[in-house]
Amino acid sequence: MAGVRVLVGTRKGAFVLSSDGTRRSWEVSGPHFGGWEIYHVKGSPADPNRLYASQHRGWSGQVVQRSDDGGASWRPVGNKFSYAGAPGTHQWYDGTPHPWEFERVWHFEPSLDDPDTVYAGVEDAGLFRSADGGENWEELSGLRGHDTGSAWQPGGGGMCLHTIILDPATPGRMFTAISAAGAFRSDDAGQTWRPINRGLHSQGIPDEDAEVGHCVHRIAMHPSRPSVLYMQKHWDVLRSDDAGESWQEISGDLPTDFGFPIDVHAHEPETVYVVPITSDELHYPPDGQLRVYRSRTAGDEWEPLAKGLPQQNCYVNVLRDAMAVDSLEECGVYFGTTGGQVYGSADGGDSWAPIVTNLPAVLSVEVQTLP
Amino acid sequence: MIRVVLPSHLRRLASIDGEVKLEVAGAVTQRSVLDALEAAYPMLRGTIRDHDTKRRRAFMRFFACEEDLSHEDMDAPLPDRVATGAEPYLIVGAMAGG
Repeated sequence: MAGVRVLVGTRKGAFVLSSDGTRRSWEVSGPHFGGWEIYHVKGSPADPNRLYASQHRGWSGQVVQRSDDGGASWRPVGNKFSYAGAPGTHQWYDGTPHPWEFERVWHFEPSLDDPDTVYAGVEDAGLFRSADGGENWEELSGLRGHDTGSAWQPGGGGMCLHTIILDPATPGRMFTAISAAGAFRSDDAGQTWRPINRGLHSQGIPDEDAEVGHCVHRIAMHPSRPSVLYMQKHWDVLRSDDAGESWQEISGDLPTDFGFPIDVHAHEPETVYVVPITSDELHYPPDGQLRVYRSRTAGDEWEPLAKGLPQQNCYVNVLRDAMAVDSLEECGVYFGTTGGQVYGSADGGDSWAPIVTNLPAVLSVEVQTLP
Repeated sequence: MIRVVLPSHLRRLASIDGEVKLEVAGAVTQRSVLDALEAAYPMLRGTIRDHDTKRRRAFMRFFACEEDLSHEDMDAPLPDRVATGAEPYLIVGAMAGG
């Protein structure tokens, strides 16, 4: 019987939540790497037993863990992330130049067809690639070396490359997003890049519609329509229908368009999920009510999904990499909170139930649909 | 035989139970001890000092014989009691880093 494996990264370890296709009862494994920040855990689409985990802590920096048996066992692989050439500078919080310094891996994106090839988005913003299962890492420096690199600046979480999307239809096309620089596209497998931020407007930068400087929080794509991208920006939810060439706002009737994650239903390319957060100052849901909002019209028209979610005194946040969908016949949707809850819906968001309730603050949620 | 004590998070990372015992060829210095440690446990590379510059990570400290050696010359000989194995070389996570 088909099943799902939810990979949860938290401030103090990783957890693996497993269930069969009914998604009613769950087996919880963990903490793995207890005491370490686990920014992200993700499985290879080409081999679901191959997992990569980003393990970090202030004392000892970055470690990369790899599993070849679906998370039953792990081993550390390469953790040397050296920027290519002279690193140069980006903008610091106060607008002064600051040298690029590697801090941590925010996001792993395994190749669609090779388990040994994996991309890593890092802080300070850069893109690395390994072709040997994570043993060695090489920077794809065309991104950081873009003419605008010296103007990029950190968002509240640091200057992180947090989103990597591989286009399944156009060979060599990939997308990345950086806080606070914006979205970028490559059409040559990551060798060269260009900003794709036309249509974005951001307060907090001198030129509101500048080529770069936007705090993009997350981008999502449905694999059947790779030219359609959805974006949750610092403020504003947007859509591009032309692979990022231009963006239009689709916030519509959302109660607030600030938030972090955004994701797309596995079988309905126009069904999109966001978690509205009150504001950039108040990182918790409006009125203490945790609600996912769903649009079935590719944006603009949104409905609140509250059944099974706390509707009073709830002041958690849902971070940018902490939402995922499975691809079972009835699409499952999952998200984790800074309060340590992971919620799941086995009916596309109509109703929710907690899977676990007292984990450390959740940094990331991914899900694997297993045969 | 040099004795090295690691903080618990690195013992777990390297699957080490208790102290590490190392043979160090030549002069026993902080650098030669760390070189031997990383050769024996490659997964510790980058977690105590930088891969390339070998600079100590800010939140890691080096103690021995009740002295803080964190800012000493990495090529200076370690105390005889460390070189003979009477005292361990302590790699410690700074109080502020936990």
